[in-house]
Amino acid sequence: MFKCSVNEIYNVFAKIADGKKLYVPADNKDGNAVYTEWAEGVELSNALNTAKSPKDFFFPQFENLMEFKVEGKSIEVNDIREASEDFVVFGVRACDVKSFEILDRVFLVEPFDSYYASRREHGVIISMACTRPTETCFCTTFGIDCTNPGGDIAVWKTEDAYYWQANTEKGEKLLAALELEGCGEDAVNEQKEKTAKVMSKLPLAGLTTDSFGGGKTMELFNRPEWKTLSESCLGCGTCTFVCPTCQCYDVKDYNTGNGILRFRCWDSCMYSDFTKMAHGNNRLSQVERFRQRFMHKLVYFPENNEGIFGCVGCGRCLAKCPISMNIVKVMKTIGGND
Amino acid sequence: MSMIKEPLIPTVGVITDVRLDTPDIKTFRVVTPDGKKAFDHRPGQCAMLSIPGVGEAMFSITSSPTNTEYMEFSIKKCGCVTDWLHQAEVGQNITIRGPYGKPFPVDTEFAGKNLLFIAGGVALAPLRSVINYVRHYKDRYGKIDIVYGARSKEDLLQYREIIEEWCKDEGVNVYLTIDREQPEWDGHVGFVPNYVKELGFDTDKTVILCGPPIMIKFTLAGLTELGFSKEQVYTTLELKMKCAIGKCGRCNVGSKYVCKDGPVFRLDELDELPNEY
Repeated sequence: MFKCSVNEIYNVFAKIADGKKLYVPADNKDGNAVYTEWAEGVELSNALNTAKSPKDFFFPQFENLMEFKVEGKSIEVNDIREASEDFVVFGVRACDVKSFEILDRVFLVEPFDSYYASRREHGVIISMACTRPTETCFCTTFGIDCTNPGGDIAVWKTEDAYYWQANTEKGEKLLAALELEGCGEDAVNEQKEKTAKVMSKLPLAGLTTDSFGGGKTMELFNRPEWKTLSESCLGCGTCTFVCPTCQCYDVKDYNTGNGILRFRCWDSCMYSDFTKMAHGNNRLSQVERFRQRFMHKLVYFPENNEGIFGCVGCGRCLAKCPISMNIVKVMKTIGGND
Repeated sequence: MSMIKEPLIPTVGVITDVRLDTPDIKTFRVVTPDGKKAFDHRPGQCAMLSIPGVGEAMFSITSSPTNTEYMEFSIKKCGCVTDWLHQAEVGQNITIRGPYGKPFPVDTEFAGKNLLFIAGGVALAPLRSVINYVRHYKDRYGKIDIVYGARSKEDLLQYREIIEEWCKDEGVNVYLTIDREQPEWDGHVGFVPNYVKELGFDTDKTVILCGPPIMIKFTLAGLTELGFSKEQVYTTLELKMKCAIGKCGRCNVGSKYVCKDGPVFRLDELDELPNEY
């Protein structure tokens, strides 16, 4: 383990940012923590987590996939992918680190999504342990330890210092280049214990996944509670956009006047036209769309992924849903431990 | 710059023939710019076709894999992409990628079996690939029965091929039907489900069933009455798709993705999925 004093952190950032892009959570003018490219003067946010998840780094909200040149009846297809550059993301919480593993299980299974794969290869994740988890946090439900956040390098912040530990080869390489001072783990262990105690007393600490998982489709799909749960859903899709694991996307074409760009952007199964096609729509009402989102995270995804759920308990949807409906309410109601 | 091949990036296809099959279905022949087949496929598999600026959509490959020269797509005019394709002329470039999906088990579960094909309307398109494949390798299968129905004689897809080739094949029985009486039609009149019951097939067959949902529903009821079990019946599903590789989330039903786990499903497999397709 290595450390630097709290005062030295921006010197360390400067070292990392020398030659690579470094992104850190910083407060924007509205007071939201957002990942911001670090440069001299950018201050690290004190927020528990960023408003949007860091999935953008690997699966951006919008990206051009290819370009077409059309002339008369002929078409030319151009691969306009640019080689990814190395980048570092600092301050990723344990829940969000876990979300990358979930996204990997979508994009890095055959056939590989090369856009995602290339960014994943070039990104270095520096996580940061939580010290003050809050009432919307339920990462422990999914077996995530917010005091051991993982990533290529894990960082713990105490009152006077940042402690660094590499978890991967990529992390070791970067950490070695930072030339930090070696140190013991006592301060970190003490902090871990304290945080774990806070975590265990949070209101969602007892939430379990017992009623969910692969093989539960038929048991849960026709439950009457879906109707009441979804009744006030506006179908706004906010939950999907702030969700670190939601990965549904749309592909569309845009005529630039000088060729046609085919781009992809985030989409939401909560939207009415998500499944609409020329011959009909297999999810006509919001009940069906609402159910799809939660069944996918709690039943279908684990069924295909050795029991791993499609939720990391980051709590963003709890904080952001305009009608205060969320996965916790669904789990409590459908799971019967309300 | 060396990069792994990106599955979402298509190749160029050229339309070399357009045939008006029915008032609203055209069959397009597609090859690569150097005149070859774009890729190999198995019966029942699909391809993503697109027109830049209009959109991309999934279509079943209606030609058989035994055709090594080109691919064919029978496409009904019913949406943005299909409307555009219907006004396309020979020589028009489109984009093509594939093959996608799980094919019909022609070399495994179908081997040595008597096969009963039942189709309605444009749904003959995905089955034509299988029918022509099993006709090509007829010694590998038992008897082949084909029941096909459409609204009118003009709406029967691949009518010439059916009359001039399928009907003349030894060991192949073709039963055509149209919904209503019309002049110059001396064949059967009536809906497919009733016709299947009237024909009263023995249950020593594997059934390949494809058609509009209402036809499937009533045909299944009839097949059950005749004593067929769900393990004997195969069908194909069709849902909205964008990526075709199980990632964009659109065609997800239960734990399956129709684009990669389907479109071919055996009925007992469908029983394990929520009824949301």
